[in-house]
Amino acid sequence: MTQSVVVQVGQCGNQVGCRFWDLALREHAHVNKKGLYDEALSSFFRNVDSRKSAGGACGVGGRIQHLKARAVLVDMEEGVVKEILQGPLREVFDSAQLLTDVSGSGNNWAVGHMTYGSAYREQIVDKLRKAAEHCDCLQCFFLIHSMGGGTGSGLGTSVLSLLEEEFPDVCRIVTSIYPSAEDDVITSPYNSILAMRELTEHADCVLPVENQSLVDIVNKIKIMSHSAKPGSVIKRDSTVISGQGGLSGPEKPFDAMNNIVANLLLNITSSARFEGSLNMDLNEIAMNLVPFPRLHYLVPSLTPLYTLADVSVPTRRLDQMFSDAFSKDHQLIRADPKHSLYLACALMVRGNVQVSDLRRNIERLRPSLPFVSWNQEGWKTSLCSVPPVGHSHSLLALANNTCVKPTFMELRERFTKLYRKKAHLHHYLHVEGMEQSFFSEAIDSLSSLIEEYHQLDATKARLIPDAPRLSIAT
Amino acid sequence: MSVVTVQLGQCGNQVAHELLDVVWSDAQKKPSRAASCERFFHHNTHGELVARAVLIDMEPKVINQSLSRAAKCGRWRYGEDSHFSQKQGSGNNWANGYCVHGPRHRDVVEELVRREVERCDRLAGLLAMMSVAGGTGSGVGAYVTQCLRDIYPTSFILNHLTWPYRTGEVIVQNYNSVLTLAHLYQLSDAILVHENDTAHRICSQLLNIKHISFSDVNKVIAHQLGSVLQPALTADSHGVYSRNPLGELVSALACHPEYKLLSMCTIPQMPSSSIAYSTFSWPGLLKHLRQMLISNTKMEEGIDWQVRPPAGSGRSTSLTGSSFNTSLANLLILRGKDVYSAETGGFEDPALYTSWLSSKEAFSLWKSPVSFNKYEKSATLVSNSQALLSPLDDMVGKAWNMFASRAYIHQYMKYGISEEDFLDSFTSLEQVISSYRQLC
Repeated sequence: MTQSVVVQVGQCGNQVGCRFWDLALREHAHVNKKGLYDEALSSFFRNVDSRKSAGGACGVGGRIQHLKARAVLVDMEEGVVKEILQGPLREVFDSAQLLTDVSGSGNNWAVGHMTYGSAYREQIVDKLRKAAEHCDCLQCFFLIHSMGGGTGSGLGTSVLSLLEEEFPDVCRIVTSIYPSAEDDVITSPYNSILAMRELTEHADCVLPVENQSLVDIVNKIKIMSHSAKPGSVIKRDSTVISGQGGLSGPEKPFDAMNNIVANLLLNITSSARFEGSLNMDLNEIAMNLVPFPRLHYLVPSLTPLYTLADVSVPTRRLDQMFSDAFSKDHQLIRADPKHSLYLACALMVRGNVQVSDLRRNIERLRPSLPFVSWNQEGWKTSLCSVPPVGHSHSLLALANNTCVKPTFMELRERFTKLYRKKAHLHHYLHVEGMEQSFFSEAIDSLSSLIEEYHQLDATKARLIPDAPRLSIAT
Repeated sequence: MSVVTVQLGQCGNQVAHELLDVVWSDAQKKPSRAASCERFFHHNTHGELVARAVLIDMEPKVINQSLSRAAKCGRWRYGEDSHFSQKQGSGNNWANGYCVHGPRHRDVVEELVRREVERCDRLAGLLAMMSVAGGTGSGVGAYVTQCLRDIYPTSFILNHLTWPYRTGEVIVQNYNSVLTLAHLYQLSDAILVHENDTAHRICSQLLNIKHISFSDVNKVIAHQLGSVLQPALTADSHGVYSRNPLGELVSALACHPEYKLLSMCTIPQMPSSSIAYSTFSWPGLLKHLRQMLISNTKMEEGIDWQVRPPAGSGRSTSLTGSSFNTSLANLLILRGKDVYSAETGGFEDPALYTSWLSSKEAFSLWKSPVSFNKYEKSATLVSNSQALLSPLDDMVGKAWNMFASRAYIHQYMKYGISEEDFLDSFTSLEQVISSYRQLC
């Protein structure tokens, strides 16, 4: 069994991370009835007995003493991390895993990346090393951050290149929260584009999430739960936004949205942690879904968003779950994958679903989904037998799809609007180590990425003939 | 006459487990029990039946499940130290399995196999079971087969391969399959193939299972494989159970190094609740099986009775309009009541076979008066024919298309496989396809 380390950077990263740990504990409590520290738990938690000497790390198989998260928390202002440490999750984190400063990054990518990146480099490497050393077999780093601010965006991407340098063999999966168009941070386009370049070059895969989509999903669920249709009572704890049953008390704003992202991370790792008839490890995600190194942006979609309180679940509901995964309402960025080109798609199913259900639905949905010519059956599937809390089954779809192109193009436009007028540029250029060329290189990188997606899109309408096969002399 | 099973990767381990279950439960209360147990199991110091198997996987979950399931069933178990697993898996990457994991763990694996082999009084051969779609079964499996070939140059090594569903289980499955088949073709004595698609259809259409799980699919494969590997009386065994089953299979079917792909079908297959209400006759079973062979139908439903062998002199290599399946060699295995009265002349018809082997040499027959797995009569046909030509061609075609755009190639190059290696594998398989296509 492999372990993963979560690195949460910045305010957004830490808040999402906090929700993730809460939900992870809830999930394991649900499954692990005996209180034993098993392999599944060890993928995200260490078991520490403070009475034992030498750090007290306990091996797998014993009783749970104290669970410590395999995490590194980084923020350049103290507020969020302090709140976590005062909340019910304080026992889960060790002070050695935290790195904070007081003044923040002022929503400035350059401050986060250059100033703090170099100032704290040694300390960050040290904490990462320690976390890695606690792992028997480290498979993956999960980086959680937002793109619009200064710390998550700047320092977060600095940490990303650090991870590539120090741990080149360990997979890097980045969850990036992209700002919506009405973001209140004026310089968010600058920060996002500067960070995008780093993501394209140093991440193994990126799961982009847009705030606006999360808002839409939360609203949909709220409408559903307040509607008066008979028989439409949502089962308790079953919504993808609910955090009830975890350690934290009443929900705070943004909690609902952050829970969605936390559920995304739980579902991605479920097949690596729990047993199933068709397992999928984290290294298989990059292998199957990234056909060309730079095109590693995977659009996630989660279903079901909630479970109704009906006890009986006829097969039609199961099929509905599969259809929903491809509808644009369930995607975590504002995009419609059905009308763009699929390069590859992964379906990660949890719960009581058999391979025949999977095959039936793939065959049913396949004709309506455009796949690139050389990957007509580009499906990667996995079946995990343990369902998430509150559901009997669930589906996470990860699509490498050209529908990310409009999102990137919009981001580029917002950037260009500001950059043309050189608005706020001086804040960045004042930072030591930052030059104007960073901006131009970043926008070039994004443009060439958009161009690559565009080339693939262009093949969508054309009928590509099969490549001529090798002929054997007879 | 013992067979050592080497189980590789998730699929290999799951299918092999079902196979051992089938051969054990079939052998109970039958006169062939001793022979069957000797073939697949040995007794340990506590008198328990222990499988002659080595379990290998690059991640621990499947092996752990297998070991505990076997221990719990109380009927037979795996050896305490007969398994090897790592933590990380091969990430569906053939290159990772072949170039990294294989060499790294070579010594341990060889040691485990050596121990099992030495425990056998007489080794009939090695059966390596794996899938071709993933990273461990395919990559590590190919590497391990190479090592075993080096260490046991005179033993029979058979590879049992499970081919994935055509509509994708793993996106890079075609690459992994091509690389595996190309490497195994030179090393293996014979390659027995089962396709998930066929086993799935058998589950849904013949066995009427509504919610088909991988366990059902694996049981179908295990049933067919078990019907081949259980003790039988062969032409060379002179009235006793054959002591050289793998060798006889290889010499019956894989008579030319260019032609090693073997497919199989077993009839009848029906839900166990229906067996009591059905009667079987050898003429009926054999007629169906013969037509299944000729028309390349992999299961006993939807058989095309219009397809006939071409008339004597009208042989040509053209495929237009003819869906006739030419065989190189066939092995028919009959088990059950009145087996000596079965008339198998239909399979000795020279029209079924390619012209450069006489039908006497191309056709072999094994019999056992003992029934198999609740079926009063059952017939299995293992063929070296054009049956696998279409799926193989499909697999190579898709892989070639993907290769033409160089998609995913960087993932393989990361671990040491170059474009040259891919091209070599493609060339080998095109050669195999061409050979089979020209069988007439």
